[in-house]
Amino acid sequence: MKQVLILGATSSIARAIASEFAREGVNLFLGGRDLAELEHMAADLDIRHGIQAHYGSVDAEDFAAHKDFLENATRTLGEIDGVVFAIGYLGEQPRESADPAAALKIMNINLSAAISLLAPIANILEEQGHGFIMGLSSVAGDRARPSNYVYGTAKGGLTLYLDGLRNRLDRQGVKVITLKLGFVDTEMTYGKRGLFLVASPEQVAKSACQTLQKPSGVYYIPRFWRMIMLVIRLIPDSVFKRLNL
Amino acid sequence: MDKFVEKELNGWGRYRGSRSHIYRPEKVNGIAAAIRSGKESSYIGRGLGRSYGDAALNQDGGVVLTERINRFLSFEPNTGVVSCEAGVTLEEILKVFVPRGWFLPVTPGTKFVTMGGAVACDVHGKNHHRDGSLSNFVLDLKLLLADGQQIRASRDENSDLFWATVGGMGLTGMILSVTFKLRRIETAFIRVNYQRTRNLDETMRLLEEEDQDYNYSVAWVDGLAVGGSLGRSILIRGNHATVDDLSPQQATQPLEFAHRRTWTVPPQVPNFVLDRFSIRAFNSLYYRRFRQHPVNSIIDYDRFFYPLDSLREWNRLYGKRGFIQYQCVFPPDTSRAALVEVLSRLSKGKIPLCLVVLKRFGAETGLLSFPMPGYTLALDMPMLGTPLLSVLHELDQWVIRQGGRVYLAKDACLSAEAFKEMYPRFGQWQRMKTEMDPQNLFSSDLSRRLRITGVDD
Repeated sequence: MKQVLILGATSSIARAIASEFAREGVNLFLGGRDLAELEHMAADLDIRHGIQAHYGSVDAEDFAAHKDFLENATRTLGEIDGVVFAIGYLGEQPRESADPAAALKIMNINLSAAISLLAPIANILEEQGHGFIMGLSSVAGDRARPSNYVYGTAKGGLTLYLDGLRNRLDRQGVKVITLKLGFVDTEMTYGKRGLFLVASPEQVAKSACQTLQKPSGVYYIPRFWRMIMLVIRLIPDSVFKRLNL
Repeated sequence: MDKFVEKELNGWGRYRGSRSHIYRPEKVNGIAAAIRSGKESSYIGRGLGRSYGDAALNQDGGVVLTERINRFLSFEPNTGVVSCEAGVTLEEILKVFVPRGWFLPVTPGTKFVTMGGAVACDVHGKNHHRDGSLSNFVLDLKLLLADGQQIRASRDENSDLFWATVGGMGLTGMILSVTFKLRRIETAFIRVNYQRTRNLDETMRLLEEEDQDYNYSVAWVDGLAVGGSLGRSILIRGNHATVDDLSPQQATQPLEFAHRRTWTVPPQVPNFVLDRFSIRAFNSLYYRRFRQHPVNSIIDYDRFFYPLDSLREWNRLYGKRGFIQYQCVFPPDTSRAALVEVLSRLSKGKIPLCLVVLKRFGAETGLLSFPMPGYTLALDMPMLGTPLLSVLHELDQWVIRQGGRVYLAKDACLSAEAFKEMYPRFGQWQRMKTEMDPQNLFSSDLSRRLRITGVDD
């Protein structure tokens, strides 16, 4: 493993994942919206770890520009050994309930962008017969709750899409890893009430990169979320709809 | 971003504390967004919260954490010039650059401070007598001003702002990034000389006669010694070791060493752990550890500069009451009398001094920077309430009469009047502040207490 593309690179989880790769000497291409941030991040990875960190601007919602972005990224990297999809947007459920455009924005960023950006890379990896796709999904996609079901729908869709990629690509030698993240201490959750068992981005990144040593599959991070979500999924609908989650 | 956590924050001394709205931006633009949001009447930056008093507190206002704005931006391996964001810690700088043969140009007694905080306090180290404070090595700063503008300040460009910002306690704007020059080292070790002295005269004589031979020099003073032994000390002085100084085993990897095991102090420590008796016992034992004749040894930089860093959360040792570190400086001609006065006043006041450190200073720098030529004395003592405060206020007056001053990064008690007398260049600083930040968008509990910004209520 030598060259990895990180999409949504400026989020704190993606930053921590980038550091994990850089520590292993992996060269990176960082994709994100904020070029100034990407520049700082690339300089930092280069100085701390002596790797080559390239970067380019990509807006999840600007589907038309994805093709050029990917061509540039893959050309710059030369060969691509893996991709991390870390683009995500939580939004505010009350707004999405009232405004379909706001709901579509969530679908576009969390799900459609994944399809738009990962499909071409899946083809490249399939052709070369090795590599990995790592997608950052969420426990929110396991069961739709009144408080964030649009986000949950998008993440659930992402989980399914990654399942599909895995079922197609695993036999071609391409690993597809779905990470279902619990609460992580990031800008997305900072200042929110009622969160519990919050993991640090660094812990998450470490576990995330460890899954690359494991078989293709779905991994909960931190692992105890698997049990929590098992219980939550076992709650019958008749009870769940009366719960205030 | 506009989300915050409302929480009580403390200074490192755990004596000052206040509730505020804490912001934690993850991107440079997020700092600007928080400050320009208009949600709070004022903001102050906060790194690792190692200032002892109320410098990084802002009651009912905004506190902006820089912990996630922590990237290295450039490094020139030929010159050692490095640029980093404000939240990069000295610990990270050492971790990244010591293995490449570079060291911090100036370091305080802990590596758990951020570069932004270090510049805002214009910190000094054991090499101040030779090299001056950190600002001497700072080439360039990037600041976010109250009007939202991002601006560079250096000795050549916006130099007034530069001299107001180094030592300016974060009140001229948010420091976004710092460019500074590292020091070349051959090894990660210090060749250190420990020497015991019998009294203050001997301590001062040796410091004055021999300081030029040592890059790093400080005196640990037995704070409980009185009478003829007043000011008896252990002089701890050293230079960066060369490869030739090392043992054959150390010399195989001269920039590496085995890191110490760290311990963490539990949250609830009863007050009696550091009382007069335990402190006396500790001081006496430490003094007696050293013989009369000098001892030389080679120790790694971590043990030399940061002995307390291996004891995480050591401020908890003082219990709930917290503690005060009183650090003052006296000009050279008044130093001796002043030191005698301070040490005997505190011992008369039955104030247990846990840690007393004496050091000679070199030249003055920023408009509000603490160091000035002379002797600086740092005293750690448990917060004993009103009796201690009245002794400290008397000391402040004494310090003013001697032409000295108190270090704002440590201070928790100074009055506004005393501050203005101690910092004669405050008027000049204030003109800059009024020009750059007329609404006092950057304020802290410290700045209100000292009436640097508005009036404390």
